[in-house]
Parts: sequence; C-alpha cells; structure tokens
Amino acid sequence: MTAQTSQSPWTTFRTWLSRPSVAGVVILAYLLIVIVALLSLNRADLLFPLYSTLVFPPFVLSPFVILASPLDNRIKVTLILVLVVIAMPLIGIYDSSYLELTIQICIFAGLALGLNIVVGFAGLLDLGYIAFFAVGAYSWAMFTSSAETVFFVSGIIVPGWAFYIFIFVGVVLAALVGVLLGLPVLRLRGDYLAIVTLGFGEMIRVLARNADQPINFTNGSQGLLNVGTPPMPQFWVDFIGSIASTLGIRIAGNLEPLAQQMLFYFIGIVILGVIIVAARRLDNSAIGRAWTAIREDEVAAIAMGVPLVKMKLLAFATGAAFAGAIGVLYAAKQSFVSPESFSLIQSISILAMVIVGGMGGIRGVILGAIIVTLLNLQVLKNLSLQLNALRNIDFIVPLINFHIRDWPTQLEPAKYERLVFGLLLVLMMLFRPAGLLPEPRRKLELDMKKRAQPMETPVITSSETGD
Amino acid sequence: MSSETLTPPQVPALDSPWRRLLDSFPVRYILYPVGQMVIFIAGAAGILTLLSVLLALLVPEPRPNIVLMDQIGKQLPGMIISGISIGFVYSMVALGYTLVYGVLKFINFAHSEIFMVGSVIGFEVMQRIEDVGFIQLWHPVALVVTIVGSAMIISGLLAVLIERVAYRPLRNAPRLVPLITAIGISFFLIDFVRAIEAITRNDFNLTYPTGDLSYLRTPIPMTFGETTVNVRITSIIIVLAAVIMLIILNYFVNGTKLGRGIRAVSQDRTTAGLMGINVNLMISITFFVGGALGGAAGALFGLNVGTVTPYVGFIPGLKAFTAAVLGGIGNVTGALLGGLTLGMVESFLNGVLVYFPALGQRYTDIFAFSVLILILIFRPSGLLGERVDEKV
Repeated sequence: MTAQTSQSPWTTFRTWLSRPSVAGVVILAYLLIVIVALLSLNRADLLFPLYSTLVFPPFVLSPFVILASPLDNRIKVTLILVLVVIAMPLIGIYDSSYLELTIQICIFAGLALGLNIVVGFAGLLDLGYIAFFAVGAYSWAMFTSSAETVFFVSGIIVPGWAFYIFIFVGVVLAALVGVLLGLPVLRLRGDYLAIVTLGFGEMIRVLARNADQPINFTNGSQGLLNVGTPPMPQFWVDFIGSIASTLGIRIAGNLEPLAQQMLFYFIGIVILGVIIVAARRLDNSAIGRAWTAIREDEVAAIAMGVPLVKMKLLAFATGAAFAGAIGVLYAAKQSFVSPESFSLIQSISILAMVIVGGMGGIRGVILGAIIVTLLNLQVLKNLSLQLNALRNIDFIVPLINFHIRDWPTQLEPAKYERLVFGLLLVLMMLFRPAGLLPEPRRKLELDMKKRAQPMETPVITSSETGD
Repeated sequence: MSSETLTPPQVPALDSPWRRLLDSFPVRYILYPVGQMVIFIAGAAGILTLLSVLLALLVPEPRPNIVLMDQIGKQLPGMIISGISIGFVYSMVALGYTLVYGVLKFINFAHSEIFMVGSVIGFEVMQRIEDVGFIQLWHPVALVVTIVGSAMIISGLLAVLIERVAYRPLRNAPRLVPLITAIGISFFLIDFVRAIEAITRNDFNLTYPTGDLSYLRTPIPMTFGETTVNVRITSIIIVLAAVIMLIILNYFVNGTKLGRGIRAVSQDRTTAGLMGINVNLMISITFFVGGALGGAAGALFGLNVGTVTPYVGFIPGLKAFTAAVLGGIGNVTGALLGGLTLGMVESFLNGVLVYFPALGQRYTDIFAFSVLILILIFRPSGLLGERVDEKV
C-alpha cells in the first residue's frame, strides 16, 4: 500500500483505512449506526418493509466486515461473539422477526456447508441434497407429531428432551441414506451424477408424499403437524422476560414463543458452530486433501493411491450428516413438516448459496447462505409487502404517474425466487465462477481451465493455509 | 460419441441397379427412417403387450370382480395409441438433448424449458388468432402449421440465444460450470415466462382456445376387433407432425452439407475447425434444430393436454432426457427408440396400475427416474450407444 510516485486519493484513503486504530473506530461506528438504525424502525411506518430491507442485511453481514478488517484476530473474535451472543438476541427481543430470519440463516448456512463438502470439496454435483435434510426432519417429526401416523396410533411418541438425542439420530440416519444413495452412483461423473442425484431427491419427496398407505408413516401430502419441541425450562422464560423488562420492551402477549425462538436461535448457533469447526478440520486433514485430489483429477487421484470409493462415500455421508442434524432442528422449529418443503427449488437454492459464496471455501459459503437466504426470505418478501402496503393506500409513483394499484396481482416478487436463483447462478458462473469470496485453490483451478491449456501450467502450490 | 451412430449404413457405390435403388432419395431418406419408426413402434408395442400379459398372468385378479386379462384386452389398443403419441413427443424433445450432447458433450439442462416456451408460444399464437376472431375460418392444417411453426421458430431462436449468451463463453470451463449455468437458465426461464404472462394476462394457467374448434374436440372412433377406441385428433396430429419432422431431420443430418458439418463437429471439434468448418455456426445450427424440435413438441403437447403453465416443462423434459439416455445419448436413432419405449411403458403404467390400489398411479412420477437411474448404473451407454471411456 505504499505507492510512492502517484498516490491517488483512493490509495491514500486505503492506506489510512488499513491502520488498525482507524479501522477499529470505523467498524465500531458502522456497528453503532446499523444497530441504532435497526432499533429506530417503526412497524407502523408505511415504508417499513423497504427500510428494514435496507438496514437488516448490513447488520447480518457485519461479521464479514469485521473479518475483512486489519484488526487483531482476538479482537475480531470478541467482536463477532458479542454480536452473535448479545447484540442479535437483544435485537430479537426488540423484534422477533429478525430472530426468525437469523434462525433461517443458521439453518441454510448449515445446509450450504454440508453441500459444500460434496460439491465444493469433493467436486460431486449433488442436486438432490435436500433429501438428506428431509430425512433428518422426518426422523424427528414422525416420532413426535400428533398426526395419525403409525407411531402416534401405537403410542411410540418420544418426549421433548429426546430432541438432543435425535440430533444425533438424524445425523446417523442421514449419513446412512447418504451412503446408500452414494453407493450406486459412485461410477457416474459430472452431469450424469447431477441428474441421478436430482432423481433421488425427487424420489425421497414422492416417497414422503405417498408413504401414508398402506401403513401411515409420513401422513402423506398433509404433512406432520405439531412436531415436538425441546423442553423449555422456566428459568429461561423468566430470564428472557427480565431482560425485556429491564430494556423497557413490552412483549405483546405470551413470553413463551419468544423464549422458544431464542432457544432455537442458540441451538442453531451451536449446531452451526460445530459444523463450521468440523468442516474446517476436514478441509485441512488428509481426507480433505484426498477430496481435493478427486475433484481436480479423479484418474490422477486413483493413481496416487487415494481410496476413491471410500472418500466419495465419506463426502456423501458427511454432507448428509450435516443436513440430518439441521433437519431435526428445522422440524422442531417449524413444528410442521410436509413433502413440499423438500422440493427441487430448495436444493437449487442451497446450490446457489454455495456458488454465490464460492465453492470450497467455508467463509464464502456462509456469506452465500446469508445473501441468498436474505434475498429469498427478506428482500423478495418485503418487496411484496411494500407493494401491498402501497396498493392499499393507492400510492401513485411520482414522475411516471404509475398507480401501484395497477401492478398485476400475479406479479408478486415473493413468488419469483426461481428468477433470482437462476439469474444468480448464471451471472456468477459467467462473471465470477469462483464466487464472491473465492477459495484460492479453486480459483486457480477455474482460471487454469479457462486458459484451456491444462497440460502446460504445472501448479505447485505450497500447502494451503485454510481459508 | 462416434459418427457411425449418426450415419445410415454405408452402401458401397456399386453400379448395380439394386444399389442405385437403395441409394435413391426416396428409399434412403423416406423409406428408411419410416421403416425404422415402424419397427420401433412395433417393437415397443410388443414390449407393452408382453408386459401387460405377464402382469395379467402373475396377478389374475388384482381386485375382486376384475379380471385383469379382460381389462387389458379392452384397453390395449388405446394404450398403444396413447403410448405412440406421447412417445413421439418424448422423442422430439429427446432429440434436442441428444443433438446438443453430440456436438458439445454437455447436457442442456435448459432444454425442458425450451419445450415449455414452445407450448406457451403455441398458446399465445392460437389465442391471438382467436382474439382476431376468424379462428373457425382457418383451415385446420394451416392453423396447426401456424401454431407449431411459430413455436418452432421462437424456441429455436431462443435456444441459439441461450447458447450464445450462456454456454459459449464457458466452453472451455470445467464441466460443472456450464451445467450449473444451464440449471440457472432453466429456473430463470420458468419465472421469466411466468412474469411475462402475469404482466400481460395476470394469469399463468394458459388454456388453448380449442373450444370453438369441433374438429379438434371430436375423437375419431377406431375399431380393433371387438373393441372401439376413441382416438383424439390431437394424438394423430402429433404422430403425423412428428413423423414429418423426423424425416426432415434425418435428411438434414445425413443428406445435406450442413448436416455433414454438424456430424464432423460432433466427431472432433478441433479437427473440424481445422478443416474449414465454422464450428460456432454448426453449434448454433444444432441448437436451433434441437430447440425447434423441442418447441414443436411443446406446441403439440399443449394442443393435446389443453392447459399449460410455465412449470409444464420439468416432467416431460426429464422423461425425454431419460429417453435420450435410454436410447444412448448422442445417438439420433436412439432418441427415437428411447422415446417410443418410454412412452409405451408409461402408457402401460397409467393404464394398468389403476387396478393396484396399493401402488396405483402414486408412484408413476418416479418411474422415469427409476428407469434413468437403472440405465445409468447398469448400461450408461444406453440401448444403441457404445461404451465411451472418459478421456484423461
């Protein structure tokens, strides 16, 4: 950053900004502004959906701003922990819809990290990934739902505390299904693998929809209602209530839904943390290097003695296991599971997360999960809400004199997630195939293939140092 | 993929009258493909009959008072006819997958949406004609040709555009990259069409205005032995149109200079380029032909089922892809065979499985997937393809 001859104002600014003290002040100011802005929003405001769409994403993305700063690592970790453990729950008490969004982000980030193991690390394109999520979700829902399933009728209903055990049950079951689905498709590569996994994903969904006859396991297309939740100790409810009252926030109605949400938030954060640590450790282990070898050149990997079958199955099983754990959490949180939650569009949206962030990198994939989830669950939805709000007061756009009332009712942004995912996939592949936060080795791989001379450039990178 | 699968058997140029007859235009480009279709239809119908009889022997009475053999005797002609018509639709879409795979070695995931666009364009054109008000005055043939023709042109151009914008820049990228792009294009197209229909019509369930056209509505009774089957006119239109188009396609690929260029590109792109063939042009033409066939299939499908939506492409596209893989992807004859076989088997499932309450039609949707997975696992080269080893 020391350009002596021609120092443009921009480089001067960057040099100034890269000083830790300045960066620290800037980040603190940033956090303060975002949080104050977020807390000052008023639900009764006509443009509330628009404002909240503008303010909440900068808040959720603030950990990435912190990570990009030139601060000391310990300070970064402390700041992020404060954000996750204190700031976010407080904002959640203030407005629980943000808490809900953050839980969804945790869920999808966990799924994206799992898919990243299969697609990003091992290079196996899996379009039916949502099936493993479904396995986890159904494993918890079947044993706790009050729908007329065979388990309910015969009285095999597990109590709420078993939730914590079922997270592991979900992990094991999903990993088993992953191995079962992985075994027959091991020989396939690339496009064929993608289509067959898509087929398996759809088959699991159809199975879930039709497994209410002759024996009712899944309650068919009606789905499973009243899925059990983990027990909530009374002190937790009181604790949340006392914090709310000290902050002077009046909770309308019952405290328990909020306490329940908060519990799920922390469970989600813990599961996501475990997944992040596991993915990092795997990436830097012998297994991770074997996956990279398979991804870059399968034949060469076999020649170097990588046990192909074992490693591919391990990739499928690990990815599936993450999805299984997240599935159990999802079922408990939604308290309703139906086959339609596990359709192809979900698999594609998770793929979009992995690709937007950057295949193979952990930080990138989480960023991708945040962006895509926010786009899907906040931006599009809020645009719809905003349109409806404006339609109700018969708002007329100035200058072009357009009546919002004339906006076609079928053209509701919330229903066009396919358009967004499709565009994201195409644009990322065309202009930034390595993702927003590219993983170094993956970037090299893509650039090398782009030059179309794979034989010439020997790539000898010294051992990668994580992401 | 090799050229042998795309060319008809080579006839040595001897000067005997017999050879000249075999080489003559009508034999080579009309009789030969039509004969092929007849053989395939007969074969697929044979499979269907065999399956039904086997099932009837295994389970004589699936439900009380229903003797399966009698039911099959009554339904078989109808099942075969619907199998042929749906089989031709699958074949036409499968050809799009197979042609593109032939030249680019890449599965055009967005082809199912090109089929969907064809069906929507067919609706739009027919609705416009209806809106003008003289739809009854149109000659039936002229009407069908207009609808199908416009769907073909627009779908073909769309396929060329997609190739130009989304696939060509990525031609040297790793194989996963264009595949992901294709998935993205496919999702984008679904909602793009939906948005356009939402803006123009505020509704995306598009019903072909066939209400006033009695000749499209009244079925033709056909008698087979003692059973009479009401055959829908649209089924006959599908079969006729498909046969004509397949004959033209066969002539185009095997009998013209452009077709030879396409075959050369599918054999070896680099060498073809060195020989002075405009590779990009050939790829564009292939996309146009594949897209046009898909669009035609879409419009014919729309005429047949009546109502289409932007989501209509996924399942037929997937089944057509299965058909292409079943016949051997990259192989033009294989696509035809695969489509007809799949259509027949599906028609069999739809017709017979009603009598099995536990299974019923509940699982017919995953039938195509199961076929696909089984083929890919046990014979990835398909029925007519040959083993291709991955190049290192």
